[in-house]
Amino acid sequence: MIRIISLVALIIIALVAPFFFYPVFLMKALCFALFACAFNLLLGYVGLLSFGHAAFLGSAAYVTGHSMKVLGLPPELSILAGTGAAALLGLGFGWLAIRRQGIYFAMITLALSQMVFFFALQAPFTGGEDGIQAIPRGYLLGFIDLNNQLTLYYFVLAMFVFGWLVIYRTIHSPFGQVLKAIRENEPRAISLGYRTDQYKLMAFVLSAALSGMAGATKTLVFQLASLTDVHWHMSGEVVLMTLLGGMGTVFGPVVGAFLVVTIQNYLAQLGSWVTIIQGGIFVVCVLLFRRGIVGEAMALARKLRKKPEKEDAVS
Amino acid sequence: MFELLGIPPQVLFGQLLLGLINGAFYATLSLGLALIFGLLNIINFTHGAQYMMGAFVAYLLLNLLGIGYWPSLFLAPILVGLVGIVLEKTMLSRLYKLDHLYGLLLTFGLALLIEGAFRQMYGVSGLPYPIPDVLKGGQNLGFMFLPNYRAWVVVASLLICFATWFLIERTKLGSYLRAATENPALVQAFGINVPRMITLTYGFGVALAGFAGVLAAPIYSVNPLMGSNLIVVVFAVVVIGGMGSILGAILTGFGLGLVEGLTKVFYPEASNTVIFIIMAIVLVLKPAGLFGRAR
Amino acid sequence: MKQSTALLAGVAVLALSTGSALAQVSDDVVKIGVLNDQSGTYADLAGPGSTLAAQMAVDDFGGTVLGKKIQVVFADHQNKPDVGASIVNRWIDAEQVDVVVDVPTSSVALAVQEITNKKGKVHLNSTAATSDLTGKACSPTGIHWTYSTTALANGTGKAVVAQGGKSWFFLTADYAFGHALERDVSKVVKEAGGEVKGVVRHPFPNQDFSSFLLQAQASGAQVIGLANAGADTINSIKQASEFGITQAGQKLAGLLVFLSDIHSLGLQTAQGLQLTTGFYWDMDEETRAWSKKFAAKHNGAMPTMAQAGVYSAVAHYLKAIKEAGTDDGKKVVDKMKELPVKDFFARNAKIRADGRMVHDMYLVEVKKPSESKGPYDYYKVLRTIPGDEAYGPLSTDCPSAKG
Repeated sequence: MIRIISLVALIIIALVAPFFFYPVFLMKALCFALFACAFNLLLGYVGLLSFGHAAFLGSAAYVTGHSMKVLGLPPELSILAGTGAAALLGLGFGWLAIRRQGIYFAMITLALSQMVFFFALQAPFTGGEDGIQAIPRGYLLGFIDLNNQLTLYYFVLAMFVFGWLVIYRTIHSPFGQVLKAIRENEPRAISLGYRTDQYKLMAFVLSAALSGMAGATKTLVFQLASLTDVHWHMSGEVVLMTLLGGMGTVFGPVVGAFLVVTIQNYLAQLGSWVTIIQGGIFVVCVLLFRRGIVGEAMALARKLRKKPEKEDAVS
Repeated sequence: MFELLGIPPQVLFGQLLLGLINGAFYATLSLGLALIFGLLNIINFTHGAQYMMGAFVAYLLLNLLGIGYWPSLFLAPILVGLVGIVLEKTMLSRLYKLDHLYGLLLTFGLALLIEGAFRQMYGVSGLPYPIPDVLKGGQNLGFMFLPNYRAWVVVASLLICFATWFLIERTKLGSYLRAATENPALVQAFGINVPRMITLTYGFGVALAGFAGVLAAPIYSVNPLMGSNLIVVVFAVVVIGGMGSILGAILTGFGLGLVEGLTKVFYPEASNTVIFIIMAIVLVLKPAGLFGRAR
Repeated sequence: MKQSTALLAGVAVLALSTGSALAQVSDDVVKIGVLNDQSGTYADLAGPGSTLAAQMAVDDFGGTVLGKKIQVVFADHQNKPDVGASIVNRWIDAEQVDVVVDVPTSSVALAVQEITNKKGKVHLNSTAATSDLTGKACSPTGIHWTYSTTALANGTGKAVVAQGGKSWFFLTADYAFGHALERDVSKVVKEAGGEVKGVVRHPFPNQDFSSFLLQAQASGAQVIGLANAGADTINSIKQASEFGITQAGQKLAGLLVFLSDIHSLGLQTAQGLQLTTGFYWDMDEETRAWSKKFAAKHNGAMPTMAQAGVYSAVAHYLKAIKEAGTDDGKKVVDKMKELPVKDFFARNAKIRADGRMVHDMYLVEVKKPSESKGPYDYYKVLRTIPGDEAYGPLSTDCPSAKG
């Protein structure tokens, strides 16, 4: 019951939010929330820390921007193209990276994404340092004008909800159970007969594709695709969002993304303070609360629920 | 004038020489990383920031206390190493029992924190650091004009790399370290203080980064972001050489510098990516790295 | 507090989208947003100094216009187009900013031009170089104030070729600015009978120029044209001397050099360099008087042409609001084009239909250390380049200028 009420409340908040907050800020936060959720699928549920997810966000942004601006494709096809490009890239990255675990996996993904960064810096169609600017938003399905801020907001919201539901379904499917088994004990999963490499690769591609979807949507919002999206600092930022919100929880990355974007938004005038604060949050999270905000909250709730039961038992 | 494959020799040799200079930095930095990784099993993401700190300490010593380049070459690494020891004692050491990924995340956060703080204080436009008087000027090698200071960078880094290699592979202290890398519990049982060894190793690895920073100060302007892009290349160098391999780090460092130089001659567009491409190939053919053993 | 402003802004946006506001001055405040690089490669040549210049213009105007307060805000775009674009979007959508000024870094300036054009707000660009701002990216609400790549090409480029520098090799910052400068100077060089032997593009920003300089040296060109700016130019010049390139007889042409760059380089390294500037503090009583006032508030650093341009542009903008009786972007810019531009900064000035502020430029040479009387006494003016010669004819790529 409480769950349904809070879900309804959440939906209402999401629907009316653009009347109270700056819509571009909300849209940015939603895009990053989707990005963080996609990333969390890999970190939180398979136990693989990728340090190169910016490559998927950024390459999808470039492909979407290019299809919209140069090829003149409609937004739905452009987003599809961006997502597809990210998925393909994810297949290549994943094939190379899943050979190793832990730190090695992180290093490999980082280096591969750096390759994508330098490619984006030099390839003619990305515009290098200038990026792709003035990308038109176009008409969704030919008749919905995305230039209207409100329309665009609901479109972004829909994309986020769609992506989130895909992740939610994946986690709670038999496939997701196998992923969790791999996270807990990979040799055991292998001995049970699962081809873990295939599962890991599939999870990687799915995570890359959804990150790409986030990047593609972001391009429509900002009408700009730039090097920031492929830089390794972006890969670090998504780790921060997930860690802060709580890895391995379905809502954690969303909370983390909203918090980080809020910090960026309101402290942008202060320049490098944003970096300092982000670094500080990292350190505090790793040292003091590794479960993240949502993770800690859930642990607390569990504790509170258990306590009365115990007291009952005593009395 | 003769030409090789249509390339004028001054371009070829010139770029190779510049590649060697870059390689000197790769080698010194990846050596520190490899040392730390070998014993702590942590990828030290703060390495780039510590390299930058080396340059800044030299800059501050000069401008606040009037201490010149040569004393700084020893003082700055020691100071940066001490900061490293404090970080290890207060933060890193709490994470050894957890997944090694937390070490990576912590050092990443620290790197952001340190770089952000220096940016806030000094901006990113870069501060000048003069070349020491003895090393001003240069030699005309026929194919190019080699500034003396850059030649010194190669010599200095070769010296420090050799000294480190000697220390670890040929001395008693080094043998403890190698043993602790293999089996810390056993070495502890023999009565050697492994935690202290870990602390000192981290400090030494970080000091190497600081040393590289001082070397870099007169070449590149002293800039809070000078380490932030370099570090990713150095990670790739370490992966190619084999994580934790001392000799691998040194040889691949210099080797990849040369490869990068060659790429600048024949296909400049790929010069930034060539190291990452090599890394991908090495991972497919020999996942443990060129000089590494699988663990 | 922030939340409530955001809330108010949301309501304001809504109100605007339903019914148009007819007030003379929107939101009862004229808000000037100074957008530039506050701490990076281009911080010394514009940066906090530009914010100061804008504030000085506001103070000299009396702090109010049409009875409404004038407010100056600033932000750091870190030379990144995405950062700049999101700041300007927020400024206009949620923070009532009426005019964006300064905006160095051509890639960011082009992004800002696009946004301000679409949203009908004013963009007074002082520090970005690309001539595209009044060419294919021109806007009815955008004015390019201080200089442009065309003017630099017609100034320094032409002068170097005339002195016998016929073969060129470009060292170009790899983004919109470098490309535009390289394009415009190449054109001038070729028209004057010179040749371009090659180009190498370096990442922006960059620290180590050695391998690029080696390529430039191997090309055998007489002149190495530096199509970069700020700290990049400073480092290229320093490293060229470190690698013995200038000593070996090749000439460096700094195509965009600011007073602050000369200050960092020192006269010993910079002497003899020829460059084109839109302003020099030591021209006459008026320029000296203003510049000394500026320097007193800016740690003794004299203004660059970019910073002086910001003052001049803001002062003219405020005058136009007063004359037009509104702060509506299009109307104010039309008024700015109508009114004569005359102050210590702009000589023989006018604003063209394409948004180009045409004024006299100066070809100067950097003094020898023995000729200089002290800090910031750096330039000798060789020639005044009349505005029309410097900026050339109206661009044919600008659609709005044709009508």
